[in-house]
This record gives sequence, C-alpha cells and structure tokens, in this order.
Amino acid sequence: MTRLAQRRSDPADLLIRGARLYDPTEGLDVTADLLVRGGEVAQIADAIAPGGGVRVVEARGRTVLPGLVDPHVHLRVPGQEYKEDCATGSAAAAQGGYTTILSMPNTDPTIDTGASLEAALERAATDSVVQVGFLAAVSVGRAGESLVEMRDLADRGAAGFTDDGSPIPSARLMRRALQYAHPLGLPIALHEEEPTLTKGGHMHEGAVSAALGIGGWPGVAETLMVARDLRLAELEQAHIHLQHLSVRGSVEEVARARERGVRVSCEATPHHLVLTDEVVRSLDSNFKMNPPLATDDDRRALIEGLRSGAIDCIATDHAPHAIHEKEVPFEEAAFGVTGLETALPVLLEELVEPGHLPLETVVRAMTAGPATAFGLERPALRVGAPANLAVWDLEFPWVCGERPWRTRSTNTCFGGMRMRGLCLLTIAGGMVAHEDWAERPLGAA
Amino acid sequence: MGIATRRHLLGMGDLDPADVERILETAAGFEDVVERDVKKVPTLRGRTVVNLFYESSTRTSSSFELAAKRLSADTVSVKAAGSSVDKGESLKDTIRTLNAYRPNIIVIRHPHIGAAQLTARWSDAHVVNAGDGKHQHPTQCLLDLYAIRKRLGRLRDVKVAIVGDVLHSRVARSNIEGFRMMGLDVTLVGPPALIPPGIEATGARVADDPAAMAEADVVYVLRMQHERMEPGQNFVPTLREYARVWGVSGRRLRPGQIVMHPGPMNRGVEIAPDVADSGASLVEHQVEAGLVVRMAVLYDLMTRPTIGEVIDLRERTGEWGAA
Repeated sequence: MTRLAQRRSDPADLLIRGARLYDPTEGLDVTADLLVRGGEVAQIADAIAPGGGVRVVEARGRTVLPGLVDPHVHLRVPGQEYKEDCATGSAAAAQGGYTTILSMPNTDPTIDTGASLEAALERAATDSVVQVGFLAAVSVGRAGESLVEMRDLADRGAAGFTDDGSPIPSARLMRRALQYAHPLGLPIALHEEEPTLTKGGHMHEGAVSAALGIGGWPGVAETLMVARDLRLAELEQAHIHLQHLSVRGSVEEVARARERGVRVSCEATPHHLVLTDEVVRSLDSNFKMNPPLATDDDRRALIEGLRSGAIDCIATDHAPHAIHEKEVPFEEAAFGVTGLETALPVLLEELVEPGHLPLETVVRAMTAGPATAFGLERPALRVGAPANLAVWDLEFPWVCGERPWRTRSTNTCFGGMRMRGLCLLTIAGGMVAHEDWAERPLGAA
Repeated sequence: MGIATRRHLLGMGDLDPADVERILETAAGFEDVVERDVKKVPTLRGRTVVNLFYESSTRTSSSFELAAKRLSADTVSVKAAGSSVDKGESLKDTIRTLNAYRPNIIVIRHPHIGAAQLTARWSDAHVVNAGDGKHQHPTQCLLDLYAIRKRLGRLRDVKVAIVGDVLHSRVARSNIEGFRMMGLDVTLVGPPALIPPGIEATGARVADDPAAMAEADVVYVLRMQHERMEPGQNFVPTLREYARVWGVSGRRLRPGQIVMHPGPMNRGVEIAPDVADSGASLVEHQVEAGLVVRMAVLYDLMTRPTIGEVIDLRERTGEWGAA
C-alpha cells in the first residue's frame, strides 16, 4: 500500500463561506459553504452555521478546487538538499494548490532499497506540509541492469517504480520489471528516451537546433521507446505510466494503444503545453529540460491529447537546480525546470482563458487523472472525504518571477510571463498547508 | 536619453548590411598599414583587449592578438589550459576576474554556445565572439566576405557551395547568415548525417549530390572534424569514403571556381593537396583578410561603443598615422 507522509499538525476546523465549489469528477459546481471539521469535509450546504471553535473564511468570489495531485516532482531528497528539500518543495506544492505529490528517486543515493525509501519517507513525515509519496527506482542505482527488490519496496510503501531521468535501455529488463511489478498493483513510470539517438543532444532537433548549432534530439527518440513499452505492457498486461510526453508521435502511439486496451496512463507538463523550442533561441538555460521543448505542432498534439483523453495527467516534472548549475553556457547547464508554483496559473492564462482547454479537463488531469494512475485517494469535495482542497482566486493576475518563490531554486521557464490565478489557502491531509491572503485579503472579493 | 546599449559582435545577427559594408571598408583602409614597414597605428593606444581562448586555436588567436597590437592596444592573452579554468573556475568567475582589469574589449572562444553572450552579461567590455561551440564565428564570416569581394569584385548573387560537415560547424552557421544577408546564394552540400535537418529554414539550399558544387562560383570547404568522427558515430562510413565522394579535388573543379577553407585543413580528406596549393585556393588570402578585418572589428566597436553613437578616433590620432 502506497505510503504518503506528511508532518502532523492540528486538523483543520474551518468554514469556507460563499465560494464556488468546483469538483468536476464529483459533478459539483455550486456556490455554497463548505465546512471542514477535524480535517474532514463535514458539510456542503447553503448558510452553514460555523459552530464552536470553527474559523470562518469569507470566500465569496473565490473558487474551491480539490487538492491537485502531482505525479512527478523532484524533491531532491535524499542528498541534493541544496536544490530542494521536503520543507521547501512541499511549501511550493502547497502554494501551487497541490495536496499530494510523488517524488522521484533519482537522488543521491538513489532510492532503490527499502532503507533509503523509509529514510526519505521519514524526512517527509518531519518536514512536508503536503502528502508526499516516493517512487523507487526500477533498477539498482538506475543503472539499467538489475531489478530493485520491488516486493520489499512495495511493502514499505513505494508509490511505484521509475528510473526517471534515464530510460530503461534494455527491453529485457523492461519486460522483467513489468512481469515482477504487475502483481503488486503499482505502475512503472517511464522516462522514454532512446539513448543512442539522444546522445550529445541538448534540445529538440529541428530548425532551431540546426540554426543554433546545438546538438539536437529527434522527437522519434521518445516515440520509439513509447511504442516499445506499450507493446511490452500489452504483452504482460501490466500498467505503464508514461512520463512527460513531448511530441505528437508519442501521443498517437498512446491513442492507438488505448484502442487496443493497453493499460497506460501518461503525463504532459505545463511547459510542453505552453512553450516550444523557439524560445531556446534566447540561449537561456532555463529553457533546457528533458525531454526538450518541441515544435508548435507537438505542443498542439499534447493539448489535443488532453482534450481527447489520450493524455490523462498534467505533471510538473518540478526539477529544481541551484543557480550555479544553470548560470553556465546552455550545453553545460543541468536539465530541468521548476513548476509547482506556476502549473495551474500558467495553464489558466495560456490554455483555459484563450479557450484551448476547458477548466474541467485541466482540473481532472491535475486531480483524478494522476490519483487514478497511481491508485491514490482522489482529493474530492465530498462530505466524509479527508480535506484535500485549495481556495483559489482564479482571476488573480501576476507576473512570474515577481512574487517570492517557496521552492529553494529559481529555474522557472516562465519568467516574465503573465500568470492567472493564485492559491490563497491549501488544506492537505486535513491540515492547513498554506495560507496567504496578503494580496487578496479575507472578504475582499 | 535612453540607456545606451553597449555594442558587441556575438553573431552575424548583431550586424546589418550597412554595418558589414562599413567594417569591410575599414578593413580595406587598414591594408596599407599591414603592408608598410612600421606596421602599427596608434588608434587604440591605451585601450586593453583581452583574448580569452578556451579552445586551441592558431589562426584566430594570433590574428586577434596581432590585430590589437597593430592598433597599439595593450593585449592580454589567456588560454584555458594552464589557467584557473584547469582548477575548476567557472566561466562567470573567470570573466569577473578579467573584468576587474577594466578591459575595453574581450575576445572569447569557447567550446559551448552562448559563452560570448554570458561574457557580455558578466563584464563591462565590448565582447567579440571568436567562436562559441557550433554556433557562431562572426569574424570568420566577415573575413570570408572580404576575401570573396577582393577576388570577385562583388558579393551580390555570388553562388557559394558550403561543402562538408555543416552539422558541427560554427563557420557554416555564421557564413550562411552573413552570406544570405549580403545577397550571396548559398547551397549546402554534404553527406545527409552532417547536414542538420531544418537548416533550410535559414534560407540556404541543401543538396546531397556532390555534383551541386559545379554550379558554384565559390566552393567553401569545411573541415572534417576528426575528433567528432570517432568509431561508432558513423556520420560517414570512413574518411576515405568521404574523401572519395565529397573531397574537393582538382578533378571536381571547373576553371574559374575559387576554393576557400577556414582552416585548419585536412589535406587529402576534405581538400586535395593539388587544390589547396593551386591558384584557385583563397586560403592564404583568407588569413590575410582575417588580420585587417579583425582590426576593423576592434576599431568599429571602439568608435561606435553604443548603438547609434560614433566617436571619431581618427580625429584624435590622425588618419592611420604611424605610431
């Protein structure tokens, strides 16, 4: 059973008054009061009386969304706390309206043993303000050679398995992992990249890489591995979760596999949904990530994939790096960008507001989608459910980079872009994880 | 008054055709300086030029150093090998250190794209990109334009075939951009794996048939970069096969065609010795052009330190007066 760790504090007793309550998976879209008692959603109704010991939050004009779930975060724990740790990473998550995040095992050391998994969970239980689960590696040291002790790791609460940051080059190891993990009911999350095609690459291969002379990385490098692993998952009737899809070909492979009944879930990131490789012309290393930003056609395919249901998760791939790891020439810079604090705001501004995607699709892909993929309890605005929710001002305009960051790192790829929507209050696991009314005082609609 | 933007030469995109014309004219004016007995003018006396080379280089580093000295600038040459870079110093710290000497110009060569841009950001000097990764090498393009015009008397509509390893070549990228800007017609000729997909968007044509060289007024031969042709890469099966199919030999040339090469040459690979040493070869003229063009670039940056502003150094020092 997947273990989610979080620092304990007093359960919330809170009446959120007069907000729009929006949870598309519950079929809920009403303006009403929502009462949280003892960390649970106790009542949804008009004009609820607060009762003793309950704090009242006037939230007219605000929107309560279920807590967001991010299946792809790099908390950098253990071993790279100079980039991020459970406290700063979870604070960033709470600021972004997330109540559950899954952290990746490409750490130092790799989370590939029961002991290292438990140590990481302990850190989260001490430091994290939201619910944190950890995936364990598929292969020892993420070296792509020997399987980790998957049963032991599953028994101790691993949320799944991934060699994220690296592909699994060996088809045989991939098949063995699927065979062994299948009975555990945990997905294998896959960073798809055919390594002989991406060697020496720092960006998407195309007109921009050709003009700049930066080593290019053909989109087909992802698609080939997606196709391979969809076939292997079909063979073993196992569940695979495809991380951060970035090109049209991969979306097409997934759509076809879904028609054949393959058990697949998959992610798109806000940056791949919003930006293209054209921005790399600036040579700003904050546009360097893996997989790289691709073309506008690829970007549109990801949006279509979300609309059609081929893609069911939006994940940030929040990958903090220290300044000195990015303040170097592009080819020497580390891959990765932050994303927890900007995910919904950049999507609201760039995709929802212009009408490219309905809010419903975005919210589902940030809640039900990833929760289902990893067998986690779905944050829900439902009486009796644990309070995993956030109060948003969905219209609040801000500019990325002009607000202080909760994350320890500053490597955002949206710097200077307009954002829409600010999370004012987050309740995660029944406890207040984030609260900031400074720019939108209580009661000021 | 707005904030003045300090001028740099980071890539050919920093120049417009009028800038290129002016630099080529200035370079022509320096020809008599390098021919005379005392090869020096006082134009940049009291100015400091730092040459910072992170990659090995013979012609570019010597050419920049000599260009600065011909203009009476004080020069400091720093090579990465044997410097603090060997001790792990970051580019930023190296630039900040050199900037503390208040140089007027930093010339930088670096194995990675964008190093010159970062140097411009981290220093107070005018920055000249002497090659950054596979990205740009703008003074090479300027000197090639100079050499072509000197030989053919024009630039517009000159047909150039750039032959060979375009993928790894900063010279190719600067030349495509600069040649197109000045009205030359550019065709890229080479084995498919060495012509990056999408390069047509620059306005250059692509031909995978070596016979396409026959159309050109100028056959511009790129160096086959041995260090990138290690076994397993398979950009081409062998250098012998490359030489046989794509190598520029006398047999392939028709009378009147000229041949250029940015150096260093691999004789017998991309260029046959009979061509390298023939009258069709402009290679030595390119080196000569490099000196006067780099003098002109240094001069141009000092006389036009910010966008729009012009300072007449000649007024102060006399028209190219001897030092």
